[in-house]
Amino acid sequence: MNIDNETIAKMAHLARLDVNPNEQASLLKDMNNILHFMEKLNELDTSTVEPLIYLTDEVNVFREDEVQTEVSPADALKNAPMQDGTYFQVAKVIDKG
Amino acid sequence: MKTEQKTLSQEVFEKYELVVGLEIHAQLSTATKIFSSDSAAFGAAPNHHISLVSLGLPGSLPKLNKKVVTFAIKMGLATNCTINRVNRFDRKNYFYADLPKGYQITQDEMPICQRGYVAITLKDGSERKIRLNRIHMEEDAGKSIHDRDQRSSLIDLNRAGVPLIEIVSEPDIRSAEEAAAYLSEVRKLVRYLDICDGNMEEGSLRCDANISVRLKGDTEYGSRCEVKNLNSIRNLQRAVNYEFKRQVQLIEEGIKIEQNTLNFDAATGVTSVLRSKEMAYDYRYFPEPDLPPLTLSEELIQQIKDELPELPEQRVKRYRESFALSEYDAQLLTSDKAVSDYFQEVVNHTSNYKAAANFINGPVQSYLNENPAENIKMKLPAESVALIISLVDDGKINNTAVTQQLFPALVKNPGVDVLDMVQELNLLIDTDSDGLLKYIDQAVSMYPDKVTEYHKGKKGVLGLFMGEVMKLSKGKIDPKTANKLIVEKLDLLK
Repeated sequence: MNIDNETIAKMAHLARLDVNPNEQASLLKDMNNILHFMEKLNELDTSTVEPLIYLTDEVNVFREDEVQTEVSPADALKNAPMQDGTYFQVAKVIDKG
Repeated sequence: MKTEQKTLSQEVFEKYELVVGLEIHAQLSTATKIFSSDSAAFGAAPNHHISLVSLGLPGSLPKLNKKVVTFAIKMGLATNCTINRVNRFDRKNYFYADLPKGYQITQDEMPICQRGYVAITLKDGSERKIRLNRIHMEEDAGKSIHDRDQRSSLIDLNRAGVPLIEIVSEPDIRSAEEAAAYLSEVRKLVRYLDICDGNMEEGSLRCDANISVRLKGDTEYGSRCEVKNLNSIRNLQRAVNYEFKRQVQLIEEGIKIEQNTLNFDAATGVTSVLRSKEMAYDYRYFPEPDLPPLTLSEELIQQIKDELPELPEQRVKRYRESFALSEYDAQLLTSDKAVSDYFQEVVNHTSNYKAAANFINGPVQSYLNENPAENIKMKLPAESVALIISLVDDGKINNTAVTQQLFPALVKNPGVDVLDMVQELNLLIDTDSDGLLKYIDQAVSMYPDKVTEYHKGKKGVLGLFMGEVMKLSKGKIDPKTANKLIVEKLDLLK
């Protein structure tokens, strides 16, 4: 697989990043390098190996349904870039999806 | 896309078939959220029910609420699903301000329940099975408020992380009536199971509809539109009917249906485009590494199965078999869990099941239709209903007086003793037949011509005399005795 400018544009959009046009060439090179490096792994036959998702063998870690308050509203809001003492404030959004 | 709805002829519409599948989100009535211990209750002050996890702070780790799993299994068993023994959670990635982590934890590839069905009964009495594709567990997002502040949108994270199950049907629904019947059946089930309050206005139960049309006989589905945010059963029906007409009209004009996400405006009854296919999100699902997999044991599933409450379908069957009620009566009695529980209590105190059913399906149901928020049990205890039934059975008060006077007076004055109220309203039937004969004499002398008609064989006029006697006695007579005495009196005059 090769990365092209269109893929870069798509990834930038998905990550909500602004990509400067003069960065594009170096990004293209870096990303293709990474992919080629990973392709090395494809030389191994992994058809009988289960994908690794979890790094421990733990299953069924549950919590009982009991209320605990750990954060006060004031503490929750205090690190927000914008807030009005009650709500977090964000750039106005119209489209709700 | 607002299109003028021209009137195509009925014949044109009849060439087409409607195809609908529903996605229903039910907020589970747990005390805490799905992955953290902050309260999941509705109605707190903004940003009071929060935790490190629901704020999406870096380094916080989700931990699964056991009750959510139990509730999801309950719904799966009640809808005849296969419960998957191995479960996994996945991340659904998208950016939105009320989703602080940047992804929603949901179940994509390995949902907890699959392949069930919900049986619905239509108005004509026919039954249909709507197949389920899946039920999965996921977290709700926070709430955005766009219209209160000039420059910014306001975010309240109380709802972030509230547990949801999403119930996804197959595209088996063929009419607005079926869609409504299916949604109300699902609502009935979550209420009987006591896993969600089913309140659509507050958003505890939310519905999106995938709607398409095709020519009858076609085996391929047409391209579908997803209509979001249908917040009542009526709006679901309106949206389905509107979309059917809109899509048929476009196809008839030779225009292709775009696969869009639509919004339904309840004020105008019209759908409009929320997102086009090009704007569709690319969610890039992948397994959630912060939550270990879930394996469900046979014992756990069996235990939940054993503890399932009686479901509406079983209740209908029992009412028919044990109480000899009609299908119609039984269906009506079980349509609402609270009403059905009330009936259950009443029959614990009386053996006149049919009278109990009539009382609940008559005055009680019409009262609740007008006052949906009332708790009938608090207004009129089940014992009182049983007492009223026995008074009628003993010929001490008549049914008309119960429906028109006694019941309304009792619910208006909760706590007043039934017998006291009967006294106060003066409803006791006159057992003194002299008094009754007086009313009959009066009624008969008022209509000499009707007496002649009766003697000529027109038995229908009996009803007129009966009505007059009722009126004169203010309903305080036993209809059976009165009828007998009227006939005797008329025969005497012959």
